[in-house]
Amino acid sequence: MTTKWETVIGLEVHVELSTHTKVWCSCKNEFGAEPNTNVCPVCAALPGALPVLNAEALAYTVKTGLALGCEIPHYAKFDRKNYFYPDSPTNYQISQLDLPLCRNGHVEITTADGNTKQVRIGRIQLETDAGKLLHAGDDVAEAHSSLVDFNRAGVPLIEIVSEPDMRSAEEALLYLTKLRAIVKYCGVSDVKMEEGSMRCDVNISIRPAGAEKYGTRAELKNVNSFSAVARGIEYEVRRQIAILEAGGTVDQETRSWRDAKGISVTLRSKEEAEDYRYFPEPDLPPIVLTDEEIDRVRQSLPELPDSIIHRLMNEYGLSAYDASIIVAEKELAEWFDRAVALAGAANAKTVANWQINEVNRVMNLKGLGPDQIPVSPEQVAGMLKLLEKGTISGKIAKTVFEKMIESGKDAETIVKEEGLTQVADEGELLKIALEIVSANPKVVEDWKSGKATAAQWFVGQMMKATRGRANPQLAMKLVTEALEKFTGQA
Amino acid sequence: MSASTYKLSATRLNRLFAAGELSAVEITESVLQRIEKVEPRVGAFLTVTAERALERARKLDGRRKGGDTEIGLLAGVPVAVKDNMCTEEVRTTCGSKILGGYVPPYDATVVERLRGSGAIIVGKTNMDEFAMGSSGENSAYGPVRNPWDLNRVPGGSSSGSAAAVAAEEVPLSLGSDTGGSIRQPAALCGIVGMKPTYGYVSRYGLVAFASSLDQIGPFARDVEDCARLFEVIAGPDRRDSTNANRTPHTIKFGGEPSLKGVKLGVPKEYFAAGIDPEVKARLEEAISQLQALGAEVDECSLPHTEHALAAYYIIAPAEASANLARFDGVKYGHRAENAAGMLEMYGKTRAEGFGPEVKRRIMIGTYALSSGYYDAYYKKAQQVRTLVMRDFEAAFSKFDALVTPTSPIPAWGLGEKTDDPLTMYLADVCTIPVNLAGVPGISVPCGFAGGLPVGMQLIGKHFDDHKLLQYAWAYEKVTTHTQARPSLEGGL
Amino acid sequence: MALTRSQVEHVARLARLALTEAEKETYTEQLSRILDHVESMNRLDTSNVPPTYQAVALQNVLRGDEPHQSLDREKLLSQAPDHEAGCFKVPKITEG
Repeated sequence: MTTKWETVIGLEVHVELSTHTKVWCSCKNEFGAEPNTNVCPVCAALPGALPVLNAEALAYTVKTGLALGCEIPHYAKFDRKNYFYPDSPTNYQISQLDLPLCRNGHVEITTADGNTKQVRIGRIQLETDAGKLLHAGDDVAEAHSSLVDFNRAGVPLIEIVSEPDMRSAEEALLYLTKLRAIVKYCGVSDVKMEEGSMRCDVNISIRPAGAEKYGTRAELKNVNSFSAVARGIEYEVRRQIAILEAGGTVDQETRSWRDAKGISVTLRSKEEAEDYRYFPEPDLPPIVLTDEEIDRVRQSLPELPDSIIHRLMNEYGLSAYDASIIVAEKELAEWFDRAVALAGAANAKTVANWQINEVNRVMNLKGLGPDQIPVSPEQVAGMLKLLEKGTISGKIAKTVFEKMIESGKDAETIVKEEGLTQVADEGELLKIALEIVSANPKVVEDWKSGKATAAQWFVGQMMKATRGRANPQLAMKLVTEALEKFTGQA
Repeated sequence: MSASTYKLSATRLNRLFAAGELSAVEITESVLQRIEKVEPRVGAFLTVTAERALERARKLDGRRKGGDTEIGLLAGVPVAVKDNMCTEEVRTTCGSKILGGYVPPYDATVVERLRGSGAIIVGKTNMDEFAMGSSGENSAYGPVRNPWDLNRVPGGSSSGSAAAVAAEEVPLSLGSDTGGSIRQPAALCGIVGMKPTYGYVSRYGLVAFASSLDQIGPFARDVEDCARLFEVIAGPDRRDSTNANRTPHTIKFGGEPSLKGVKLGVPKEYFAAGIDPEVKARLEEAISQLQALGAEVDECSLPHTEHALAAYYIIAPAEASANLARFDGVKYGHRAENAAGMLEMYGKTRAEGFGPEVKRRIMIGTYALSSGYYDAYYKKAQQVRTLVMRDFEAAFSKFDALVTPTSPIPAWGLGEKTDDPLTMYLADVCTIPVNLAGVPGISVPCGFAGGLPVGMQLIGKHFDDHKLLQYAWAYEKVTTHTQARPSLEGGL
Repeated sequence: MALTRSQVEHVARLARLALTEAEKETYTEQLSRILDHVESMNRLDTSNVPPTYQAVALQNVLRGDEPHQSLDREKLLSQAPDHEAGCFKVPKITEG
């Protein structure tokens, strides 16, 4: 008999803040620099050095907490977390234990079946990143020596700890995606898992469906991408269920995810669990924030994704799906708003279509990031105006679009330079239609005998003759007129 | 230069230098000669930077001759620095083998300030390893001897800085004080030593022992010199987050010494059992003198004094256990050879590099913070600290300052207390509470007990350092104790 | 407070101090005596007493986000017991 099992997932997400300098010293916070070139007595833990808190790191942390719906307590402090490891110059990490900067937030997720739930965030703490270890052979377990680079030591890190509210890999990914977007919107981090500026540890346990008590949880580390999170969760669920169904118990332990092999392995058992001997950091005074100061940070928050989605749906009638694509990146949402402001609210849906189907398509093709949108809102709004006026046809608009990307010029200039103005002069078009009709008697016969594609073929020829500039609806009308005239079936 | 230039006070040397009557080179040479003569007997210095000092002296002389009118408070004055303060390009050992050969790439803030004032740093002084000790016997490089009796300890942990000034090797030196490490050796060596209010002097560049207790402070042979050095090193520093961002008062001494209107308290707990009767007698005489100067003296009580020692011997080692974790053989200093892996490397490096007292304290500290013991030890100790602070607050609501012995006993014999760490710890009963409360304390010579110096401690409110110096100066003016000099006899 | 030898071994491991057998003996005895003395604190009633972590109360000590000149790498590595390719070099890391 198989019992129905429930998966319980909590996520600990570490985000590197994109301040100019490190959290305790003024060394540059810079990804990819030559090893040990952004190091000073403080972050190298030379004897006698002392930490001084970066005001921007504090502000970024509070901003993120507010964006995630957290309470910001009036009093917060730092603590030392003591453990020895070569990537830690001081062999303790300055972190926050009982009085972190943010508490009790949430992220709202909507699953594919349309259900919404709140994933609670227990706390957000500001802490210190460690240096980087390069192992001879890339595997810590096999290397006979390691090289230590302290460039990253001292970079500000926030740890966002969720409650164990997620119940599936799908929910975990929805949470991570939404969390990442909100953090990115705040402008406090570039949240790139591939560069390590966003990292995720997964806490996962299994319990019988309907049970109140949580099962024993395993912590899964070294999950380096969203898809690895999904794979890791799925593996762990299978592994833990197998143990429980065989009548065994799951060990409380830390495991490492080996993506290439698709398995997790034990990293640290409970017995080896470190005693971190936390105590309040004596080198740093506490942080005391007033309501005014917290409010000031609140004022600096940008409009967040959920709120924008709401607005786009209500004001412009966009679908939830379309709205979610537009808000995927802050720059895209800003682009959209600017384009609609120029093109007019009535054209919002058109703008959305162009953005989702054309702009995003080109960006994906060319591998462009959100800070590299290849065409400006002014350009697209201008083009839409010409479309609206009938100066160009929909087909020509696509050409104009490509050319705007290529040249950076505005639509009007391109249309003028390339002579792409739509031909709407009925007289002229009729003349052309008659010419084509009379030149192709065989196709006229086809049309007479009721062949459906014949008229279309003539329209095609008209488009050729006008280099695409004929208004297609008008062309169809006049082709029909010409054919009727020519065959005497007026 | 006369044969006794090195005997002059810092204040006098600075004045003579400014007036062009003495050159910095003459002063430095006199001091270096004295150091060379006396060092084999005292052992106060670990590094003497003769060449650098002379180079600097030449530069100072050059600038003064060139018409530079900006003469710093310590221009031309030789100073020694305890070897737990970073001096750029000059080997810094903290009295330990684990920093074997380490040369800091930066100056401590106090060192920068010394240089800025025109002082001439002549060397780094010997000390108890990582400032842990009360006798000067815990150095990995050999003990320091008390200039008053070379068979006795000078006190610690700023043993070398105190002995160097007492033996007239330098007029001024810097020490650090975590539980009494400036005041106690000052008392045992018959000189003036002061621990400023916590946060007055930047700790940037001071190798940390107990972060919430450490302060750097001056040693001198008289109060005016002490005040001068204090004024130079104290002040705001953005590199130390525990710095109070305060500029010290400029202290002017002069006029008729008087303590009229000053209310002094004498806490009875500091005169309890264990105090040497001669020390007690000297303190009573000193108190009479303070009364003669016009002070109103009254008994008071700091009831939690007896628990301060216990609290200190949890808090200081706990903070130290984390502060010393960085000495791991990875980035600088000693690394054990032939270690099979990191775990062995850490363990062997630290076992080889640290002395027994340091290891003891790291272990006490680690234990006090460890799972299951934090509340009973560390948290409890910090609660006791609150009670000690409240004692002082209550006392200071009635008194301007408190008067106590600095050390309950005078200097003891080398090797006498090294078998039992606990007896050594008890030497600090009078000084430790001051560090827990973060208030300022100064020790001034107040006589002798069997030929050995005795110190009187004045304790003040937070940031009343200038007042303590004034009170001490008045007392000094009506006594002669700061004029006594050791003959450097005995021993060897 | 009598410390057991195994407690001393555990603490020494946490502190990464490799002790000899003789040292374990000595320290067990010495640390026990020191802790005995420290136990005197327990006689005090501190039930409503808040702990003090910093004797001189400060708050919000912050600095601006402008970069400074970092240390010259050669200078930094010149102090290292072992270095390679611009990095500090350490032996095999035996535990995760």
